[in-house]
Formats: sequence, structure tokens, C-alpha cells
Amino acid sequence: MLLEVDGLKAGYGLVPVLRNVSLQAGPGEIIAVLGANGAGKSTLNRILSGLLRPWEGVVRFDGVDTTGADASQMVAAGLIHVPEGRRVFPNMNVRENLELGSYRRGRQDRARNLERVFGIFPRLKERVHQLAGTLSGGEQQMLAIGRGLMGNPKLLILDEPSLGLSPLLVEEMFGLISRIREEGPGVLLVEQNVVQSLTVASRGYLLENGRVAMEGAADFLLNDPELKKAYLGL
Amino acid sequence: MLGGLLVPAVINGLALGAIYALTALGLTLIYGVLHIINFAHGSLLMLALYAALFLYTLGGVDPYVAILVLMPAFFAAGYVLQRLVIQPAWHGRDENVLLVTLGLAIVIDNLALWLWTSTTRSIDSRYAFEVVDLGVAFIPIAKLVGFFGALAFGALLWALMTFTDLGKAIRAVAREREGARLVGVRVEHIYAMTFGIGTAMVAAAACLLLPTFYVTPQVGYAFVLVAFTTVVLGGMGSFPGALFAGLLLGVVEALCGLYLGESLGQIGIFVVFILMVLFRPTGLFGARA
Repeated sequence: MLLEVDGLKAGYGLVPVLRNVSLQAGPGEIIAVLGANGAGKSTLNRILSGLLRPWEGVVRFDGVDTTGADASQMVAAGLIHVPEGRRVFPNMNVRENLELGSYRRGRQDRARNLERVFGIFPRLKERVHQLAGTLSGGEQQMLAIGRGLMGNPKLLILDEPSLGLSPLLVEEMFGLISRIREEGPGVLLVEQNVVQSLTVASRGYLLENGRVAMEGAADFLLNDPELKKAYLGL
Repeated sequence: MLGGLLVPAVINGLALGAIYALTALGLTLIYGVLHIINFAHGSLLMLALYAALFLYTLGGVDPYVAILVLMPAFFAAGYVLQRLVIQPAWHGRDENVLLVTLGLAIVIDNLALWLWTSTTRSIDSRYAFEVVDLGVAFIPIAKLVGFFGALAFGALLWALMTFTDLGKAIRAVAREREGARLVGVRVEHIYAMTFGIGTAMVAAAACLLLPTFYVTPQVGYAFVLVAFTTVVLGGMGSFPGALFAGLLLGVVEALCGLYLGESLGQIGIFVVFILMVLFRPTGLFGARA
């Protein structure tokens, strides 16, 4: 397994957010982590990428115990988190944003990866000298994902990539996620968008109230009557 | 009547202004990234002036050569100061840092007073009295070196910030800390690097300044006040702003000195400052509020 999470408990101050989360992701696999607002998705991401320390539990990445490692160590190991809200560098142009994607990892492949990212996102190439702060929301999302790909990720965490995008762009984004998987890295897709996420993913986990409420193969989850009722209103 | 003195005054003002600009560049860099006003900036300049002075009087090291030693030394000192004193005192509250840097300034200034007394010192380097004829004015070589040296270090800093990964990481941290963490930038390291670079700029300014200036334990105050003014006038955190404002203030000071008398030269600087704060508080090159 590329990523193994076992018995994770975490929170802020005295308030628990994750009560008991375990999940696995294999190399090159797309895993969907689904859940409503407040289910603990963002907290899980922050722990995996080293921004937050868990209270209890173990995180193993690429065969190494990385529990409590900081963000720069996780990036160096090949786990790259494309955060919710994009977090691009608004005062820097598209090229500089991408170059910083290989600040900690993949520096020797910078030129090759730039071309690769421009191949996936031709729109970024058109805007290469434009400041990231002046890009549209969809373009900023592409830039954030492109910046993540610059570091040769083994696992890419995509945190709500469809948030705030128009329906047409959401379609495009999910198409691109399948395309990214062909490039090699595994993807942990963290989304509220249940149907489209399960369409591109091979397996899924449903978080509810800080616990894994349901897990299994994507098509199994898609046809689950409980899930349909709770999340799709069918 | 004063016409014949006008051109030399402007040239002298530009030379002093370039040093103001270099001092302010360090200050504005630290402000732009760490969002703190470093009150110890002037005291570090004073320390660098003494270091250059003693290297010259005790070791015979030319102040311009001393740049090669003092810049790395002050970079290291700045790095350690940020990491061991300023960062631990932060606790997420900027006013803590304000007080800590102010405290550092008081401690450093009084240590200097205790160690070296309040005697005003200067060096009598061989080029202190050498002048070049620019056609319109005679100007001491040391001032010319100071002017172009300051511009060169300003350009060097700009190149560092624009072309290197370190510079890009510094700019990234300045505006988007979490994003920077997520590409693997160690933000605390970048804070300390920034403080170190700002302090190294002060060391360069001191070495360029020493041949035409004097040293006392209080000399930092004269510069740090003007440097703050320069930073605000140029627009907080703006590099071109600091450069332009530094040169402008140097000329303003020189012209006020010429027309109002030497001791009143700095009045003009603070008049400009007050007008600026009243009518354009974001500074000449400042971002929209």
C-alpha cells in the first residue's frame, strides 16, 4: 500500500473532529473520500500533508511511518496536497507558481514537468506570464493542480477541486483527474460531489461525523440505496 | 546666489539617499515577509559601522573589502536572532515582535555605549579627501562608490528575489504561507533567511557609509527614522518604492540643508513624511489599501 492510515483521531483544542479513521490507497489508484461539510475531510487532509498532528493513530506513507512528519518532509516523500481554495501565490506569475511546485522535490525534472503540465493544461501555457491572482477560479484550480504535479507526486491529494467551478468546468476537471492518473501518481480525491467522484475513482470512503461510515468499490457505493438516499436524495 | 551649490548638493543628496535606500530595502523586505517593523534595524547598522571601523583601525581592512566579511557575518547574526529571539517571542502576536525588536535596540545601543563610550569616531581612509571632477561638481570618490555600491546591492537583492528559488520562496511566504508550506517550503526557515538578508543589507550599507560618515552608539537612530520614512513613503513592502523614496529623501535633506542650514536638513524629510501620510497614506508605490 502507498498510504495506510490506521485509527486516526484528531481535532482542534479540545474539540474532536476525527474520531476513528482508517483508510488505504494503493499506488496509481484513485480513491474518493466523500462526506458533507464538517465530516472531517479537511482535517484528514491537513494531517496527511503534515500541517496538523493527529492525537492518536498511525500514518504510513510509501512504507515509512510518517505520523507527525511536517509538511516539507511529506512533500519530500512524494505526498503532495492541492488544497481547498487553491492557495496559489497571487503575487507571482504562472511560471513562478509552477516552478515553486518543484521547490522541495523534482527540481531536476523542472523543465520536463513544466512541458508536461502545459500539455495537460494548455490554458496555463497561454497565461504563463500572468499573475496568478488575476486568473479565473478555474484557471487557479488548474494552476494549483499543475503546481502539485511539478513535484513528481506519488500521491496527489485533491481537496475539493470542483468547489466554486461552473458545471461545465466541473465536467472538465473530472476528465482531467482521470488524465492525471494516466501520468502515474495515485490520487486521493476529497469531494462533496459524490456521483462524479465515484465515477472516476476505483474505491471510495464515506466520512460521517469523523468516522468512516461506509467504504468499498466505487460502483458498489454508487448503487448503495442508503448512500443514494442520503447524498443524492433519490 | 546658491545656484552654484545646487548641483553638488543634489549629487551629495543622491549619494546619501542611496544609503538610505539600501537600509530601507532591508527594512521593507523584513516588513513585507514577516509583517513586522524591525526597530533593531538601526542598532544593527550601528553595530556594522563599529565592526567596519574596528576592522579598519585594528586590522587595516578597507571598509569596501570588509563587505565580504561583514555581509556573511551579519546575515548569520540576523538568521540566529530571528530564529532564537524573535520567532519564539512571536506567539502569533505582532505587537510582541514590536516590543522584542525595540528591546533589542535598547540593549544593543547601551551595550555599545558601555563598551565603546559615546565618543564620535571616524576613519581617515586614504580616499576620504580624494575628489573627482564630474564637470558640474566635485564629489568625494567615497560618496560616488557609496552611491553606485548601494544601487548595485539593491540590484543584487532584486535579482535574488526574482531569479532564485530562495527569492521565489520568500515572495511566496510573504503572501501565501499555507500554500508555501504545501510545496514544501519551511516557512520558519524562510522567515529567518529573510531577516538574515535584511541584516546583511544593513552591513553593506554600513561599509559603504563609513568612509564618509561617523560612528557613535546613537548613530542608528538617525538612519532608522529615515529608513522608516523611506519605507512608508515608498509604500510598505515595495522595493522600487524604497529605492526611489530613499534617493528622494536624500535630495530633500541635502536641499533643506542648503537653504535652511546644515542642522535643519532632516526637517524636510519629516515634512515630506507628514504630507505623505496626510494625502497618500499608501505610499508612492503602495498597493491599494
